[in-house]
Amino acid sequence: MTNNIQQLSEKLAAGFGAKLTGNVVDCGEVTIEVSVNDLMSVCLKLRDDHEFAFEQLIDLCGVDYSEYGQTEWVTEQATGTGFSRGVDVASHGRLRFGDETPEKKKDCLRFAVVYHLLSVTNNQRLRVRVYAEDDAMPVVPSVTTIWAGANWFEREAFDLFGIHFEGHNDLRRILTDYGFVGHPFRKDFPLVGHVEMRYDPEQKRVIYQPVTIEPRVLVPRVIREDNRYFEPEEGAADV
Amino acid sequence: MSEIRNYTLNFGPQHPAAHGVLRLVLEMDGEVIQRADPHIGLLHRATEKLAESKPYNQSIGYMDRLDYVSMMCNEHGYLLAMEKLLGIEVPERAQYIRVMFDEITRLLNHLLWIGAHGLDVGAMTIFLYAFREREDLMDLYEAVSGARLHATYYRPGGVARDLPDSMPLYSPSKWHSKKEVDKLNEARSGSMLDFIEDFTNRFPRYVDEYETLLTDNRIWKQRLVDIGIVSPERALQLGFTGPMLRGSGIEWDLRKKQPYEVYDRMDFDIPVGTNGDSYDRYLVRMEEMRQSNRIIKQCVDWLRNNPGPVMAEDHKVAPPRREAMKADMESLIHHFKLFTEGFCLPAGEAYGAIEHPKGEFGVYIVSDGANKPYRLKIRAPGFAHLSALDEMTRGHMLADVVAVIGTQDIVFGEIDR
Repeated sequence: MTNNIQQLSEKLAAGFGAKLTGNVVDCGEVTIEVSVNDLMSVCLKLRDDHEFAFEQLIDLCGVDYSEYGQTEWVTEQATGTGFSRGVDVASHGRLRFGDETPEKKKDCLRFAVVYHLLSVTNNQRLRVRVYAEDDAMPVVPSVTTIWAGANWFEREAFDLFGIHFEGHNDLRRILTDYGFVGHPFRKDFPLVGHVEMRYDPEQKRVIYQPVTIEPRVLVPRVIREDNRYFEPEEGAADV
Repeated sequence: MSEIRNYTLNFGPQHPAAHGVLRLVLEMDGEVIQRADPHIGLLHRATEKLAESKPYNQSIGYMDRLDYVSMMCNEHGYLLAMEKLLGIEVPERAQYIRVMFDEITRLLNHLLWIGAHGLDVGAMTIFLYAFREREDLMDLYEAVSGARLHATYYRPGGVARDLPDSMPLYSPSKWHSKKEVDKLNEARSGSMLDFIEDFTNRFPRYVDEYETLLTDNRIWKQRLVDIGIVSPERALQLGFTGPMLRGSGIEWDLRKKQPYEVYDRMDFDIPVGTNGDSYDRYLVRMEEMRQSNRIIKQCVDWLRNNPGPVMAEDHKVAPPRREAMKADMESLIHHFKLFTEGFCLPAGEAYGAIEHPKGEFGVYIVSDGANKPYRLKIRAPGFAHLSALDEMTRGHMLADVVAVIGTQDIVFGEIDR
């Protein structure tokens, strides 16, 4: 199995050359990264070339990388008053209605779309990641013409992340309520949401109002410097 | 001649055949479907976003509530992805227990499916038969985890506890006399494994009963044969997995092709359909029940002879034993850290997939090294299947929509997530 994965990675490198901006083997899985412009040609070849034969799009999902690596709790060094308590606003879990979202680190593109492909003929899997170039208006070409099953998955990514799929002929919201505002899985969307719905006995109808739930995080998000997971030194790589 | 216009029909979300909260907007020409537009999301709970704000080990219970008729399989998919990233080994006995309960879950799922599918197309009796067996299986869930449905039994590094030595017994009541109760308790007097073995011996006969009711039933065949045909090429294109893909004639089963846990040691067959219609999918699922029964039998035999640990010894992930905490400082610290903060996964990403009763259930975890997932994506098989409803029902009659929903084995917990 490990051999197959290495082989697949090498085949991909040979087949696509400079079109791949990333080609990683980790946890027994191959991940490649391509640019938005190359996505369609790469996908088409992945499906039709008998060496790859990825007939199935198993999954398609959006990822918002804007808070990647951020923690709520600094555990490295204590101050004069002890460790921090980890209760400052730093993640969507603590945002209240109308709160400004915390400053973003601006060192990478924000939105990515991740495709999980499966080849039934060759019995292998592949993950393809493509970053949308514009953070304010993420656009990625639609792969519905290559895999018909992408239809709803793209609608879902559009609904939850606001990623636009160019060429999708029915890009409607799918999971959220009719008339929903915003894209709930973005990291700057509060976990408790913006509005809540209730029946108003005076107006005798259902109304929307700003949320009244207090956001609550019981366990702060923390990244531990765990030396079990440090990258092994050069030369000690074959574990 | 009077003019006949197309009209739009709203089906659900409160309809007994909508399997939960499916809202279908159907464009009809007389009684023929021109276009079916499923509106989903009425049960959307943002499980993935909730999981992003909780430590890894606190989200296992949420997984039960995705596909709420095959609970442990959902947990399994989640844990496979997590264990892949953590790189921990699950003890052999725990792997066998997981496989056994995966198959018990498959029976639970298929029994509910056959009952509901039967009801949808007008076969009332099968529902009662199927629920008779589900009762025994849910008792197993209860005996092993304390809950009949949402078990949270699988844990990172193994399973929560070993199989119990005894089964809960019925007691006489106003409705059941001592004599009746004794008969019910007959199989339950031994250990849990004895009860499961007794069940596996009884079960093939039960499947025969279902088949007697349905397989050659004229009405059943009229309702299912040639309804919702999907060609193998189309099934791949549409992202079908599990019985939906096998019903179309593609021999693809993750348990065989990409075996996880100890499936590579199990002896079982993959049933495959030929026509890709609803009737073939029915036959595939019926045969799957028999095959699951075989797997359970093999697991019982192995588990009887091989006692051992059911949880990994790595206390950074798996909690220490309760007794150890009383005397051992380090165990106490481990326990405290695990249940307050959880554990961190190494930065990276992993996709874990299992052969869920409905198809391929996958969980994609992106970790930035924190104690909570950075992004969790649940790949629900039903989502891909339901997206093909339009294609499968086009040109069929209104009544066939219900048959197609039934054959897709739709559960909204997983589709809406």
